[in-house]
Amino acid sequence: MKVVLDKLCKRFPNRDKKIKTEVIAVDNFTFEIPDGTLVGLLGPSGCGKSTTLNLISGLEKPTSGRVFFGDTDVTDMSPEDRCVGLVFQNYALYPHLTVRQNIMFPLQNFKGEKKLTKEVMFEKALEAAKLVQIDMLMERKPNELSGGQQQRVAIARALVKEPKVLLLDEPLSNLDARLRLQTREEIRRIQRETKVTTIFVTHDQEEAMSISDIIVVMKDGVVHQIGKPQDVYDDPINLFVAKFLGTPPINVFKGKVKNHMIYIGNSAILKADKIDDREVYVGIRPEGFVLNDEGELTLDLKGLEVMGRDTTIVSTHECCENVEIRSIVSAETVIYPNMEKVKFSVKPLKTFLFDAETGDRIYFGRQEKRTYEEA
Amino acid sequence: MKKKLKGWLYLLPAILFLSIFMIYPLIDVLIYSFEEGYNFASQTHNGIGLYNYSYVLHDTYFLQALKNTFILVIITVPLSTGTALLIAMALSSIKKLRELFQTVFFLPYVTNTLAVGLVFMILFKKTAYSDGMINLLIKLFGGEAVDFIDGPYWAKMLVLCIYTVWIVMPFKILILTGALASVKDDYYKAAKIDSTPAWRVFTRITLPMISPMIFYLVITGFIGAFKAYSDAVALFGTDLNVAGMNTIVGYIYDMLYGNSGGYPSYASAAALILFCIVLTITCINLMVSKKSVVKGV
Repeated sequence: MKVVLDKLCKRFPNRDKKIKTEVIAVDNFTFEIPDGTLVGLLGPSGCGKSTTLNLISGLEKPTSGRVFFGDTDVTDMSPEDRCVGLVFQNYALYPHLTVRQNIMFPLQNFKGEKKLTKEVMFEKALEAAKLVQIDMLMERKPNELSGGQQQRVAIARALVKEPKVLLLDEPLSNLDARLRLQTREEIRRIQRETKVTTIFVTHDQEEAMSISDIIVVMKDGVVHQIGKPQDVYDDPINLFVAKFLGTPPINVFKGKVKNHMIYIGNSAILKADKIDDREVYVGIRPEGFVLNDEGELTLDLKGLEVMGRDTTIVSTHECCENVEIRSIVSAETVIYPNMEKVKFSVKPLKTFLFDAETGDRIYFGRQEKRTYEEA
Repeated sequence: MKKKLKGWLYLLPAILFLSIFMIYPLIDVLIYSFEEGYNFASQTHNGIGLYNYSYVLHDTYFLQALKNTFILVIITVPLSTGTALLIAMALSSIKKLRELFQTVFFLPYVTNTLAVGLVFMILFKKTAYSDGMINLLIKLFGGEAVDFIDGPYWAKMLVLCIYTVWIVMPFKILILTGALASVKDDYYKAAKIDSTPAWRVFTRITLPMISPMIFYLVITGFIGAFKAYSDAVALFGTDLNVAGMNTIVGYIYDMLYGNSGGYPSYASAAALILFCIVLTITCINLMVSKKSVVKGV
């Protein structure tokens, strides 16, 4: 089932009643989610991603705009009638019911023609439990399960009624690092197996990048960029998106364009034809640095972080906005830690220019703006 | 050794108070209840035995009090808890005027028992000169006036029950409103997404989640109702035996200080019988609650 959001807006009255202005949680969100895809809503906390999820589930009513499931307008439908599955951040499993009873709970609510016999319910619950691999824990209570197992029960409960859309609200935030890795693969697998259109919310860019077909980067209720994870990473639309994606984060320098050259401090690092003189931010991905004794960019060396597969060079520069510059080079590179300076040249496709005031991307050289549809 | 002494030293104040005001009287009551023919003035008795218990258990006044107390307990505890739950649910589902209603419902709790008794008397009493509010209402609907304070037994019991329910409800409403508020909203949201009918949400989610509080209220309600006394006094005066509305605690009081008083042995025996009844009921309650109360909510 494809999900279409059409100019979706949600405004809340300000909590402080003296302030008349409303809080805009979601601002003009338009997006068509293709059938069977896994979409990650990504953004810092308070950016409106959970509100968007609630608007899709029907727990919140939009101030304006429409929501469609397939060709059906569900905007005025209550959550009961929308047939969505929702996994809560803290799972919201009923503590007094066993795993089996929890999973069967949605099925027992079916009325009229859809009403199921006990045997069918049992079977469906077992099927859902098998899908998430908890079928051997059916008689346990939620508090006898680990966090990861509870998470699986919550997913089974959401899936058992065969929802049109599966929604996950920060599904991994209550798990420890190792389980998180494992569970996100699991979510990916379950989504592939069931082919249900899935939308999940996260503030962790790594999580979103690793399993989503499409990511939506939001900030302050506004959608900044939509695209395949790699495309968004390679081609951020503005400084916020560039900074938000990637670990280690992108290195941002204050710079300027003069005589069609990009300057960081006094060193001209790249050519920028057709760009007039202006103040800019220069963002360079950690993998965009190439060690080069004749390189244009000289940085003060602070140290090395050897990771085995590759080496991170930690350095500083007076024009850099980050505290430290991190550049990743292959582990075979020999660097002497007692050196004071390192010289780099930069890769043009890993270097982005942003307007110094608005943060909007300035395309230069061979870079071109791509839209989501083209990609 | 020194450490152990220190520990006892810390416990000393509590132990001292508890032994003077709890343990000693308890033992004393036990002893009194077995001393036959105890004379309060000369502090003498003429034997040890079960006569006091036999006397109390054959005393028609005590049997009347026992019957009254049981009726009171069986009617008021479920009724007040159920009504309090309904009111608490209603209170938590409204937004406007919630605080006003909460205050109104809490008023009986802070009002003096005797003052409330007076109000009930005025409402229910029938005298030669006036019929009272309630009787006027009954007449309006074509019924016949009844004297609820000095009239037939069922009428008096009815007033006592209404009065008790009214006076114990505020506390229960308070506790249940708090319990309802502590049920996480996510459960209701999850139920809503799964299109759970309202009745099922109540029986399968709300009720189990607040069951520890309900059992707390039932147990304390039972104990409180078994110890009822002042309510009956407030409505029917101090001579409860004549009114036929005595309670067990009332009987104990009468045996000690009332017109027929001066018998601490009988009072002690009655007190111990009450103690056994309350203990049994509470144990049964706890056993039932262990099976059905949800843990780890």
